[in-house]
Amino acid sequence: MSSYAFRKFKNRLFFCLGIVAVVVALVPLGSIIIEVVVKGAPELSIGFLTEAPGVVGQSAGGIGPAIQGSLILIGLTSAIGIPIGILSGIYLAEFGNNIYGTLMRMFSDVLTEFPSIVVGVTIFLAFVLYVGHFSPLAGAFALSFILIPIVSRTTEESMKLVPNSIREASLALGVRRWRTTISVVLTAAKAGLITGALLAVARIAGETAPLIMTVLGNSYFFQGFNEPIDALPLRIWRDALQPYPAFIAQGWGAALVLILIVLTINVGVRIASRGRRGFR
Amino acid sequence: MQKGDDRSVTFQSGSEKVRTVGLNAWFGTKQALKGITASFQANMVTAIIGPSGCGKSTFVRCLNRMHELTPNSRVTGDVLLDAENIYAPKVDPVLIRRRVGMVFQKPNPFPTMTIYDNVAAGLKLTGMKKGKNLDEVVERCLRQVSLWDEVKDDLKKPGTSISGGQQQRLCIARAIAMEPEVILMDEPCSALDPIATAKIEQLMVQLQEKYTVIVVTHNMQQAARVADSTAFFYLGELIEYGPTTQIFENPKEQLTEQYITGKMG
Repeated sequence: MSSYAFRKFKNRLFFCLGIVAVVVALVPLGSIIIEVVVKGAPELSIGFLTEAPGVVGQSAGGIGPAIQGSLILIGLTSAIGIPIGILSGIYLAEFGNNIYGTLMRMFSDVLTEFPSIVVGVTIFLAFVLYVGHFSPLAGAFALSFILIPIVSRTTEESMKLVPNSIREASLALGVRRWRTTISVVLTAAKAGLITGALLAVARIAGETAPLIMTVLGNSYFFQGFNEPIDALPLRIWRDALQPYPAFIAQGWGAALVLILIVLTINVGVRIASRGRRGFR
Repeated sequence: MQKGDDRSVTFQSGSEKVRTVGLNAWFGTKQALKGITASFQANMVTAIIGPSGCGKSTFVRCLNRMHELTPNSRVTGDVLLDAENIYAPKVDPVLIRRRVGMVFQKPNPFPTMTIYDNVAAGLKLTGMKKGKNLDEVVERCLRQVSLWDEVKDDLKKPGTSISGGQQQRLCIARAIAMEPEVILMDEPCSALDPIATAKIEQLMVQLQEKYTVIVVTHNMQQAARVADSTAFFYLGELIEYGPTTQIFENPKEQLTEQYITGKMG
């Protein structure tokens, strides 16, 4: 076989291997989605989405409290974590070229990789035991531990993508440094910041382990900030462990709802930032 | 040829706007400027020429205290603006930059702002817009850079939606909206086509009525076209500085002559 024919063969071979690899990587994702849709779709109904779980063993009731709880937790976590994450990212991007910045980045990277069960246990020991009860706030704190490093990283990367020429243009006009950062750089990086924050929210929407020991779970709707609340990942987990087929079916429905929420955020973010001018 | 010679006194008369005395600048341990002493007269256009890496850009960036924004940079020596040292300890560099404007090599209008907002950006972001009619300022500045007729119906369009030459004129309008006293231009036409370049060169000559203009250029023909005086830099030193016609037709230093005639490098 001539050298050129051999190279063509190698090219085709690796191209095919690449396609095989992509298929292998996508098969688990595809099979999970298909399984969840097939098992969970029959459960979907208005009642399912809005009612509290029914009596044990019966098929009535739904996951209303879980959806409400997840929304409350997402809201609280975002309110706590997004401002901190963004401010930290701005600091790291604009003023973080020193030892403190390096340390912050290191801690941030470590936190991102932290086992989320450890985060949950930590908040349990530090907060739940201290105040004496489970609460949405504890769950929000735990989820913030995961959200903040992600938002900080994506914010920093988005700010760094803004060309230095823009900063220089502003500073050369005699605009103060802080004003330049806020009015010129931040507005230019806005799209990236929003995308990063939304993707981080999608990530924490599905976290279960931090919630186990901080919000506990609940079969009732929101009772107050001093009581446990439910959340979709918790509901899925608890339903899956029940011996009653009705509850297991509800677990599938809850899984479908959760996947739909996460997929909507992810796909929505990508569609919204497609074709956008700027630095994203 | 001695370092520290004030090469400008012999040929310039009239009021002095900017003077550097023994200006040195470093990037880390590398010295980029060595003892530059020069005087720039008000309402004149001075061109700074020299081969790449000779310190031209560093020099002008020292005149508005932008050089110190580079990490690990250092400046010693004095730069006098109207006989006051801008590097004196208590001087606020931000206030200096409002008096000494700068236009960069690659046009850099603010991408998230409209054309109108770009021109007004300096005034808005420094809080200097009080008591000013922004509409009037924007129109005046755009007229002065000959951009008004081209964009007057598109003021709400993004600053980046116009051509490169128009963007550079927009950046000049943005700079003069701050009513500076000196305008520094760092190779403003490098990224532009010849027609856009010609428009900006015309503008440079017009600007000297109200401002002191210092232009860095690697294009010697441009220096010959727009500048009253020309300074030649080489490897961080000011080699020769005099009236443009003298520099190009009758240079005193051998290095200058080699550069002008293309024998260098």
